[in-house]
Amino acid sequence: MSNLEQFRTETRAWLEANCPASMRTPQKRSEGVYGGRRATFPSEDARIWMERMIEKRWTAPEWEEKYGGGGLSREEGKILAQEMEAMGCRKPLVGHGFWMLGPALLEYGTEEQKLEHLPKIARGEIRWCQGYSEPGSGSDLASLRCKAEDKGDHFVINGQKSWTSDGDKADWIFCLVRTNDTGKKQEGISFILFDMETPGVSVRPVPLITGEAHFCDTFLDNVVVPKSQVVGEIDKGWGVAKALLVHERKMMSEIERNMPKPKYSTVDYAKNYMAKNADGSIRDGDIRDRLATHLMRDQAIKLSQQRAFEEGMAGYFDMRVSTIFKYISTEEKTHKDTLVVDMMGMSGAGWDTERFTGDEHTKTYEWMSNKALTIAGGSSEVQLNLVSKRALDLPEH
Amino acid sequence: MPLALNEEQRMLRDTARDFLQSNAPVSLLRELRDNNDPNGYSTALWQQMVEMGWTAVTIPESYDGLGFGYLSAGAILEEAGKTLAHSPFFSTVALGAAAINLVGNDSQKQTLLPEIVAGGFTVALAHEESNHHHPSQVSVITSVDGDSLTLNGKKQFIAEGGTADKLLVTVRTQGDVNDQDGITLLLIDRDTAGISSKNITMVDSRNYADIQFDAVKVSSDCVLGELHQGFATLDKLFDYGRICLAAEMVGGAQAMLDKTVEYLKDREQFGRKIGTFQALQHRAAKMFAELEITRSAVVAGLAAIDDDSDDLAALASTAKTMANETYRLITDEAVQMHGGIGLTDELDVGFYLKRCRVCIHSLGDSGFHKDRFARLNQF
Repeated sequence: MSNLEQFRTETRAWLEANCPASMRTPQKRSEGVYGGRRATFPSEDARIWMERMIEKRWTAPEWEEKYGGGGLSREEGKILAQEMEAMGCRKPLVGHGFWMLGPALLEYGTEEQKLEHLPKIARGEIRWCQGYSEPGSGSDLASLRCKAEDKGDHFVINGQKSWTSDGDKADWIFCLVRTNDTGKKQEGISFILFDMETPGVSVRPVPLITGEAHFCDTFLDNVVVPKSQVVGEIDKGWGVAKALLVHERKMMSEIERNMPKPKYSTVDYAKNYMAKNADGSIRDGDIRDRLATHLMRDQAIKLSQQRAFEEGMAGYFDMRVSTIFKYISTEEKTHKDTLVVDMMGMSGAGWDTERFTGDEHTKTYEWMSNKALTIAGGSSEVQLNLVSKRALDLPEH
Repeated sequence: MPLALNEEQRMLRDTARDFLQSNAPVSLLRELRDNNDPNGYSTALWQQMVEMGWTAVTIPESYDGLGFGYLSAGAILEEAGKTLAHSPFFSTVALGAAAINLVGNDSQKQTLLPEIVAGGFTVALAHEESNHHHPSQVSVITSVDGDSLTLNGKKQFIAEGGTADKLLVTVRTQGDVNDQDGITLLLIDRDTAGISSKNITMVDSRNYADIQFDAVKVSSDCVLGELHQGFATLDKLFDYGRICLAAEMVGGAQAMLDKTVEYLKDREQFGRKIGTFQALQHRAAKMFAELEITRSAVVAGLAAIDDDSDDLAALASTAKTMANETYRLITDEAVQMHGGIGLTDELDVGFYLKRCRVCIHSLGDSGFHKDRFARLNQF
């Protein structure tokens, strides 16, 4: 038996022995374990599972051991992921520290920064949040104005950050600040880390149309941060931020992949909620047309992703095509969400928890929350700018 | 199902592109139109296509063909769509040869397929009987008397109807006008006594005809497949045609997108290139996105023909619907973005706009295909 096969056998046995049964069931949106100073757990099993995985050092399996990781090779990490997926194991501990800051620190951090922060992420001691957007800097992120004034060995930061996800629950923040406003807007930005308990930091949750308040406004009022907490070079934070965006997209697609398979297909909703003609067809011609249109387009988009992959393998993929995917797939997703609640009628417009089924609630929630898909991570309009520039080579001026 | 062309298919596509760009630019169509050419296509061009082996691409090697399949035929049609190159390729190879290959008996295959490869005859599908595509609307009443069949009735809007050597006719040998049962496929010579045809001028300047059958007597050797049981084959044949036509439409849409983007980079108003206006950039970007997802549906459809996939019907309806919508979007926008000159005959844009109009209604418009797709998916 090769070493890798042996590793697989041992991994499977360990997971079998240590992963509680309830941690092998599909996870709801609200059941993620994020750790941190004020960690909460959806269940006792979730806490046990996290602690066992921390002890095994498999919360960050491929990070080096000195950084709190498991020191596994790429192949071993892949085997662990495969075995966890096959067994349906939940992620024991998640968050921005793993998805985003960790990889960025490994690439750009100093040895001191890595030794200081990575083990605390791996052990679930510190929960991180991201300070990027500002009230005046959304799609045009590089225009950010949150000011870090150079005071010799430290910066004094003043400004406001928007859309800080779980800013009220996080312990530390990685933040983009303006350290220079003389040159190109991308060139005076620094990537800096600080504790959310630092004097001058205050956070206010922002209730959304869904009724939730995951996002916060973060106010920074004369916040003192040592220069040693800048990641990468001063004024060169835009490069770090861009590298991190790649990790963010990877994380988003991983989350998408790990979502439990929907219980009902779009056609099922039509069957369950719409009146039918004698031959079984949907009586409402508009809904029937939209459903057919959606299913056709949805398939064409999936086929396009597959075609891009296959053409890439064959070595002749036209990179221009990749510019359309974020735009076209998120637009189609929101059309689908609207179609489903339209098919549900009044049952797809419920707020009351008693009167409506859990699934009706979920679909109504998704109709609202997924509006973010065409806005976050580069809005549809920004994407179309990109297609126009990169795929069609249309002039800017 | 492969969605990427292999090397052989890419080579064929590149050869087709070079050949058609040089030998069949839009100016050729313009010339044929202006000269009221009776064929509506260049017979010399068609002869060259035969010599290059294009008539052989979908025909199995056992019948002198190349057996390259429909991904290759689609690649040729897409390139033809780019220059609006017109030839009997679609009706003869994509449809005629396919019908013979699908249900012809051994003797029919052995005599007819090599003859198509050699360019010996062309075929037109004579099916429609009204202004909208309708697969089972067949009322050309045909009585069967031993080895002899007698046809009476009329077919409309037959592409290549005025020039084809043979007609692939759908006739009613049993049942009522819209029944699926009782339809029979016949392949008959166009000069059979009792056939009269009247040419129709359509906006796309190609040749179409209405054909009348008055007591046309043919032998049962002309029957393709089983008597009365032609509908299943016909449905499949239509799907081949829908997907192949969609391939041509993708080519046309690509040419119009390219031409329009080029114009946006060139034309100046208000002291700047109009391609700098975001209102136009976003519309052009959407055209590109729509075209790329349409192309994927079409390629999947072509691959489904080659694989004889169970998804063929749904994919054909998807490909044709998306091609209809995308070609219309892009040709409409091409006219709009070119402005006033987009309405002049001097510009080629109008030729694509008009070709698109006929394509949309050939083998099913979007309403037809969405309804069909919904039925296939049981809603």
